[in-house]
Amino acid sequence: MDSSAESGDGSSSQGSSSPAHEVEKIKMNDIMDEESDDEFPSSMPSEQVALQQKLATAKAISPRYSDPDIMRAFYQRLYPFRFLFRWLNHSPKPSKDFTFREFAFTLQNDAYLRFQSFPTGDLLRKQCISMTPTRFEIGPVYSSNPRDRKLAKNTSEFKPLTRELVFDVDMDDYDSLRTCCQGAKVCSKCWAFLTMAIQVLDTSLRDDFGYEHILWVYSGRRGVHAWVCDRKARELDDSKRKAIAGYMELLKGGDQSGKKVNIKRPLHPHLQRSLKLLEPHFGKTILTEQDTWRHSSKADHLLSLLPPSAATLRIALQEAWASDPSRTGRQKWDDITDLAKKGAGGLDLDTKALHHTQQDIVLEYTYPRLDAAVSRARNHLLKAPFCVHPGTGRVCVPIDPDKAAEFDPTGVPVVTELLEEIDRWEAGEGDEESKVPDWDKTSLKPYVGFFKDFVTRLEKDETVGKKREREDVGESMEF
Amino acid sequence: MIRHDYNRIDPKRRPYDFKKKQFAQAEYKQQDYAHRLNFYTLPPTAEITLEQFEEWAIQRLKILAELETCTFRNKTFEETTDYISKLLEKHLPLHANSSRSTTLQDERRRDHYSHFILRLAFSRSADLRARFARLESALFRIRLRTDDTRERQAFIDSLDLQWEKVGVEERRELAAELGAVLTQGLNNKRAAQQAAEEEMWVKVDWEQVPELVESRRVFVKKGKAYVPGKEQTSLVVGEFTRRLEAALDLTSKALPGLDEDDRLTPILNHLSNSFTTPDAAYSSDTPVDGLGAPTADQVDALSKHFPLCMKEMHIALRRDAKLKYDGREQYSVFLKGLGLSLPEALTFWRRSFRTTTDDDFNKNYRYNVRWQYGDVGGDANRRAHGRAPKSCQRLLTEPLPKPGQTHGCPYRTYARENLERALKDDMGVRDPQVLAQVRDDVGRQRYHVACNRVFEHLHAREIKKVKDENIWGAAELDTILHPNTYFKRSFLLKQLGQGGGSGAAIEVKREQDETMVD
Ligand SMILES: [Zn+2]
Repeated sequence: MDSSAESGDGSSSQGSSSPAHEVEKIKMNDIMDEESDDEFPSSMPSEQVALQQKLATAKAISPRYSDPDIMRAFYQRLYPFRFLFRWLNHSPKPSKDFTFREFAFTLQNDAYLRFQSFPTGDLLRKQCISMTPTRFEIGPVYSSNPRDRKLAKNTSEFKPLTRELVFDVDMDDYDSLRTCCQGAKVCSKCWAFLTMAIQVLDTSLRDDFGYEHILWVYSGRRGVHAWVCDRKARELDDSKRKAIAGYMELLKGGDQSGKKVNIKRPLHPHLQRSLKLLEPHFGKTILTEQDTWRHSSKADHLLSLLPPSAATLRIALQEAWASDPSRTGRQKWDDITDLAKKGAGGLDLDTKALHHTQQDIVLEYTYPRLDAAVSRARNHLLKAPFCVHPGTGRVCVPIDPDKAAEFDPTGVPVVTELLEEIDRWEAGEGDEESKVPDWDKTSLKPYVGFFKDFVTRLEKDETVGKKREREDVGESMEF
Repeated sequence: MIRHDYNRIDPKRRPYDFKKKQFAQAEYKQQDYAHRLNFYTLPPTAEITLEQFEEWAIQRLKILAELETCTFRNKTFEETTDYISKLLEKHLPLHANSSRSTTLQDERRRDHYSHFILRLAFSRSADLRARFARLESALFRIRLRTDDTRERQAFIDSLDLQWEKVGVEERRELAAELGAVLTQGLNNKRAAQQAAEEEMWVKVDWEQVPELVESRRVFVKKGKAYVPGKEQTSLVVGEFTRRLEAALDLTSKALPGLDEDDRLTPILNHLSNSFTTPDAAYSSDTPVDGLGAPTADQVDALSKHFPLCMKEMHIALRRDAKLKYDGREQYSVFLKGLGLSLPEALTFWRRSFRTTTDDDFNKNYRYNVRWQYGDVGGDANRRAHGRAPKSCQRLLTEPLPKPGQTHGCPYRTYARENLERALKDDMGVRDPQVLAQVRDDVGRQRYHVACNRVFEHLHAREIKKVKDENIWGAAELDTILHPNTYFKRSFLLKQLGQGGGSGAAIEVKREQDETMVD
């Protein structure tokens, strides 16, 4: 959840009054009501120069990716508002799916502006250009216009109706497993944890629940979001969201709760399939690349997960590993299996129980660690795709789940570079009158293209669904 | 807890006419009840007296309130069934046909009417509706499970539920998956698959059985849940809940038109008012005697009176110089309940996050503290003076913490070794007998019993004293159900134990006022 992690918005499900979101401030509504119009002559020469300087500064010294001028240029030229509108609106003409949808802006002064809504996608674009938010978030579709929420007489007149089913996986929760990076850093090695999460969740959402329109988005630093956009998923009430989140959630307990995976056998088909999918990752990531158990403190944790009946085995391993500090994680893992086979000094160890424990450990180290609170309630706000992460400058691009393993977070376009790419392209082509959209002049092109295809497929399904509905109504009218 | 404050309203014996007032098209006659159980699809149509109207509703309400208490105390389904069955026998008996009781029809009529009266009373707010649906479903589940097997099947058949049966071929094809679902705990693969093929399976939209999906007790494929026969009761209860929720929604929309009979309004209001929320148990407005207004500096000293949940939070905060959101929320409102003012709270948190910069603190944490005090936020939040301190029930029913977090009730969230370590090191409980009893309580999921046990152990001397000297009555020594009650009682007891000078328990000197002004 990156920057919003500490704001804890996930834990409140009380609609309009979650603490982090009701932020203090500024009567922005006053400003907003006087429509900002086209007050921003798009590319005044002097502004151009200022922007050039900013870009240079942003690159040279401490980057300020969310500088107002950079953000304005980004929203003006690169943000794919057109497809965002189509994505949320589900039909060509503006519908309530879009107009009653909540947007929340984080402004330059860190003020947080909730309950924004827009009659058209273009007006959303205009407000972004005029206010240059560092990012904006998407909430639910409400039963009435979010801007008019104060007119509602009671809570049933203003309540969240629909919303994509969302999932949030953050590298934060893998910190105890990573050895390559810590904190905000992420590299392609530890990204593997999120690849696993995408594969497990995506497979389950499609095969088990039958959803088809699942948009995976990079959060800009070290997390991923999933937006399940099928109409059936959007219409789930909170109790069903809680159920699906519970189905997906496996690791139980906080730092003090010991072994976090304790599941009955035989494994549920979803877990059986996930285990199969994760086993090769476990070998590659945990045993080889991260070599998680090389350090004795981490190896101690591994030992603590062994069943109580393996006390003798545990002591034997502890001694063996202490006398040979060079043993790798993989060797230690194999030691458990080998010693158990040999009977480890005549103890009567239940090899089946040990095998199950090893499966549990594989899952504890590789199964997706969800922030389930995010999925449970419709009114949770989630950063919109294609926003810029203020810390890294990287754009929150979509990820193709079929190619999740190839995704490299360190190769994701950075806003300042994108703006320079436009300039370079224009310098090269020199054709100011060209109809080529700005994003096509940059390395953002494939991502926008992917998003467009996604939206088109979704729209097609929506129209088919609506047509069928109309026919059903037609039939029943004959009675 | 729920107040059982049912004042009688003068009985007016003029009969209340259900037919005319609400269900004008319904047939006016006494219904005949073939089954013990009822989906409450049809409203009652015969007349009853106002006295019956009120009395029946109150009897049912008592049952629902007791049911809620059971969930609160984390009783298992079996324990709850056991306990409630006795009460049902007394207040709301409902016998099977096989009992050959002569009052069968009367019992069923009472059950039918009282359900519909409460439906009226509790359809006024979304909160009440949700609670009513939850408790009625729990009651229905108990009755369904305890029903005579043959009569239950007859009842289920009478419902004409449209479930798609899973054919032999599909069962064979999915034998491995179905077997895994059916026989969790049974390890013979072959036997499991055989059992799966022979089981009666139905296929429904997964959304019809969310609780079975959540606990992975069904096989889910392409949006369909495959439900084994043994979970059929879940399906029936699910259907019951779904229909009841829909009906409550309809009733709430029709409500304004139902208020014509002004004899009913006070009764209905009274019924719904007596169903007060159990969470509002601790008021932070009442100061603790002898404590006055504690300051940020005093929290360390006061922490010796904290229950384990808050003690752990305090220790984690001191150790890590930070606390995740859920932990902060839980701990902050607890301190607020102690009487820590907003400026003191801000001082406390600012200092506790000692490795965080001012800028970061102001940006990320300050607002939340102010929000919890109702200093900022929407009208509702300000009016309510922010968040109320969380009760044990809240802590016990919230989702479990995830990696990196420490909030919640440690009796519930900690692994056994860690719990014992915490009790020994952090609370100073060393008596092996007490530890063994706590282990037993926790094993039976009686977390609050374990916590109360620890309290009684740590305050044994003082409790004895106030009992012996008759200073405190039973009410003051009732089971603790709120972390702030734990603190308050501990603080007061230790003070009494010390001969009770006011403020004697606090050894910390007050530093100069260092308020953080907004
Ligand atoms: Zn890394």
